Amino acid sequence: MASIKIENVQKAFGKTIAVDQLNLEIKDGEFFTFLGPSGCGKTTTLRMIAGFYYPTKGVVRFGDKDMTRVPPEKRNTGMVFQNYALFPHMTVFENAAFGLRVRKVPGAELKKRVQDVLQKVRLDQYSDRQVSQLSGGQQQRVALARALVIEPEILLLDEPLSNLDAKLRDEMRSEILRLQREYKITTIYVTHDQAEALSMSDRIAVFNYGVCHQVGTPSDIYNAPVNDFVAGFIGESNLLPARVEDMNQEKLSVGLVDSSNEMRLVVHNNPLNVKGDLTIGDSGLVTSIRPEAITVHRNDTGGENVFKGSVERVEFFGSTINVSARINQVLLQANMLNNGAGGFKVGEDVWVELPAAHIRVLPVVSGDSL
Amino acid sequence: MMKNREHRLTFFLLIPVVLVLVAYVLYPSLRTFFESLQSDGGLTLSNYQDFFSQESKTNLEALWNSVYISVLSVVASGLIGIPLALIFNRYQFPGRGLFATAAIMPIVLPSLVGVMAFMFLYGESGLIPNLVKDLFGLKEVPFQIGGVSGILIVHAYTMYVYFYMMVSAAIGKIDPSLEEAASNLGASKFKVFWKVTFPLMTPAIVGASLLVFMISMASFSAPFLLAGGYRVLSLQIYFSKINGDMEIAATQSVILSVVSIGFLLLMRWYQNRKDYRMASKGIGAHRSEVKNPVMKWVMAAVGVIGVIILLLPHFTILLLSLVPDGTWTFQTYPSTFNFENFRLLFEDPNIFKPLKNSLVLAVIATAGNLVFGVIASYVLVKRKFVGKSFIDILVMIPWALPATVIGMNLVFAFNEKSIFSFGQILVGTFWILPLAYFIRHIPLVVRSTNAVLEQLDDSIEEASRSLGAKWFYTFRKVILPIIMPGVLSGTLLAFVESVGEFPTSVLLYTISNRPISIEIMNQLRMFNMGQAAAYGMIQITLIALVLLISNKFFGVKAERSLT
Ligand SMILES: Nc1ncnc2c1ncn2[C@@H]1O[C@H](COP(=O)(O)OP(=O)(O)OP(=O)(O)O)[C@@H](O)[C@H]1O
Ligand SMILES: [Mg+2]
Repeated sequence: MASIKIENVQKAFGKTIAVDQLNLEIKDGEFFTFLGPSGCGKTTTLRMIAGFYYPTKGVVRFGDKDMTRVPPEKRNTGMVFQNYALFPHMTVFENAAFGLRVRKVPGAELKKRVQDVLQKVRLDQYSDRQVSQLSGGQQQRVALARALVIEPEILLLDEPLSNLDAKLRDEMRSEILRLQREYKITTIYVTHDQAEALSMSDRIAVFNYGVCHQVGTPSDIYNAPVNDFVAGFIGESNLLPARVEDMNQEKLSVGLVDSSNEMRLVVHNNPLNVKGDLTIGDSGLVTSIRPEAITVHRNDTGGENVFKGSVERVEFFGSTINVSARINQVLLQANMLNNGAGGFKVGEDVWVELPAAHIRVLPVVSGDSL
Repeated sequence: MMKNREHRLTFFLLIPVVLVLVAYVLYPSLRTFFESLQSDGGLTLSNYQDFFSQESKTNLEALWNSVYISVLSVVASGLIGIPLALIFNRYQFPGRGLFATAAIMPIVLPSLVGVMAFMFLYGESGLIPNLVKDLFGLKEVPFQIGGVSGILIVHAYTMYVYFYMMVSAAIGKIDPSLEEAASNLGASKFKVFWKVTFPLMTPAIVGASLLVFMISMASFSAPFLLAGGYRVLSLQIYFSKINGDMEIAATQSVILSVVSIGFLLLMRWYQNRKDYRMASKGIGAHRSEVKNPVMKWVMAAVGVIGVIILLLPHFTILLLSLVPDGTWTFQTYPSTFNFENFRLLFEDPNIFKPLKNSLVLAVIATAGNLVFGVIASYVLVKRKFVGKSFIDILVMIPWALPATVIGMNLVFAFNEKSIFSFGQILVGTFWILPLAYFIRHIPLVVRSTNAVLEQLDDSIEEASRSLGAKWFYTFRKVILPIIMPGVLSGTLLAFVESVGEFPTSVLLYTISNRPISIEIMNQLRMFNMGQAAAYGMIQITLIALVLLISNKFFGVKAERSLT
């Protein structure tokens, strides 16, 4: 087991820079996830850790050891490939035994260890099967067993569930977590599925265009995104371009650009709600507020950040109701629990409340993520 | 540094590949070119001037004849191969599977043996013309093949298979929903065929045409036995060599090479230019059931007749091999049948010797092909390096070069001492033939290995590395076992082709080491048809066995790697 340090790593393929200025520290035994849209550099980073790519700049360490130039076979990482990469000419047992044979583990011990791991992934019945005769989920577990049996210091998983159907994904998710907890192995998990990332990880790194935007626990990432990309990529969010109109020690007043600055929001001036040092007149910002934080009222309740608008669309989901309301030019999404009080109608006048505690003012980093 | 380690490995793997290609493909070709520039002790273009301006015009005529025969061969093969492919892949009728298999049977006939069968079947004293004569009580045989028509018929018979296989593969890849979509949009059956099906088949048709053109430019056995006084370029090279006009032979070789390599480049360019990849996959072509009962049986009957015609040469060889030599002299048809020829083949050391020679030579050549093919293909498919397309082209050159030219190249390169032959003169020794067979079959083995390696996902190799295996261990335990079936089927095919190889053998053999094909020719000269046919039967059996083994045990369609 080992911690991993990635220091100032860059990886370029010709002119394309796939990963840039990456600094990460992954703790011993942690379940760490790389999350981001397609092509953002997750696989590239993972392969630099496995040793298949060599960083253009920077250092990769396991513990304190510099691993940057160590070939893959000397790294003792277990990797589960997206397409599993099972050896088609070998049985389930032989696939799982491969790493041990390379390490010249004696016969009796090898047999025991392989049987143990196959039992752990619940494949002990299948050890003599040809891998081509297994279902997708079973193949996936062979790949896991093969990686785990060598007792790797680090387990690397590249979108291991993306080929499975929804039900199997759920099953395999808990399977992976169970095995990870059991072996207490440092694990890096690559995915572009945010639900998967939020539900499984100890910590998450969010990538876009080769840059890591934020590292944090699932609740950090969801509740305190550091910029508009993270806020927009993880979960739903109302992201509204804004400008600082006024501010003091306690409060900020921001004008929404879409309403020609007519609509002003009050925001708490503390590090949780405001990222970075702002001054009056700053633009290039967005306010972010989750739909579930917004409440829609039938009558004017008065108070801070309550605006009159009209309902444009209503979607009924059973336990929740989505309401889109327009205030001046600004369209807001609200997501409310269905309290049985009857739905809103399109065209109806409503009062929309944006609680100041839930509004965050963030820097804009991505032109196209909105 | 890890990057350097990988580079070093690529480099070490490349060294033997480059050495072999330079020594035995590039150097001999250049040697021939150099020879063609030699005249009166100086370097001039006068040999080329002679070629094009010679008074008797024999060379130009030969070049023209070669082109003429090749164009006709393409047309004839296409006219047989394309309709057959359509019928067998599009319609379901009794016996279809059997006929479809029989359609590739001409491949099971080594070229020299095939030509021999055609001579016995349709030649002047051939069985069929005589049968017709007797049946209708004619005075003269009504027809016979020979000269241009003979060459053309043999070409059409052996080469339509390329059209058949390539077009069949293309039809198999056409997604039936494309045609259904066209009908659904209101196109008639005829329209659907011309607007959808046919355009999707064109790349295969063009590819097959170029291939057949190239193969028939290079064809040697058919003109050798059938041409009579008709001149073609591949044969002229042989005559020049026999007459000792080495500079002329070199010039003719260079000109034939230029045409062939030109076609190779044309084919590569065409294949890269046009590639209809289907978005959908995994759906085999629908075959429509022939419903009309009359049509159904007509098609089956035509199929049966077709199969008989296709297999007649094979049966002729079988029949002849059972006729003891000396028992069939004046009669129109043979009357005595037994296994005398086969008994002699295995009991008379003199008759067994050529068979043994051929097997030994082919084993040596093929072992070389196996080792070289696997390394070369691995480097070409899985490694990155500068100059890859150059190596790629060098590998393909022996495929494009006519066998006669390869033979001549070796004559020029190794009738003197050179570093590539370790300071020995190879011409006139045992080693020149295995070397020739090896060079001839480099492309076949590399290509069939490429096909399996390209299927092999890189992550398989990476998985093994990340589990702690070094490169060599990974190569032995993971990569080799996975690609072995494909590699072996290509190698076995190279083996049987080596056993039957005629054009290079006839240029390079020594009396003490003559292979089976040369002995067939000798036996034919002495009118020992039975013995010649017995040798032929052995070859047919070997080839059939190889195709069967590849299909059954390796699950590989070995004949595919021929196209
Ligand atoms: N071997 C390579 N050569 C050139 N460019 C590459 C190579 N590998 C990756 N890239 C480029 O680097 C960028 C990052 O790729 P990477 O595979 O890391 O993305 P990813 O985050 O894993 O995406 P996905 O979710 O689609 O798997 C992409 O723009 C890709 O085109
Ligand atoms: Mg990826």
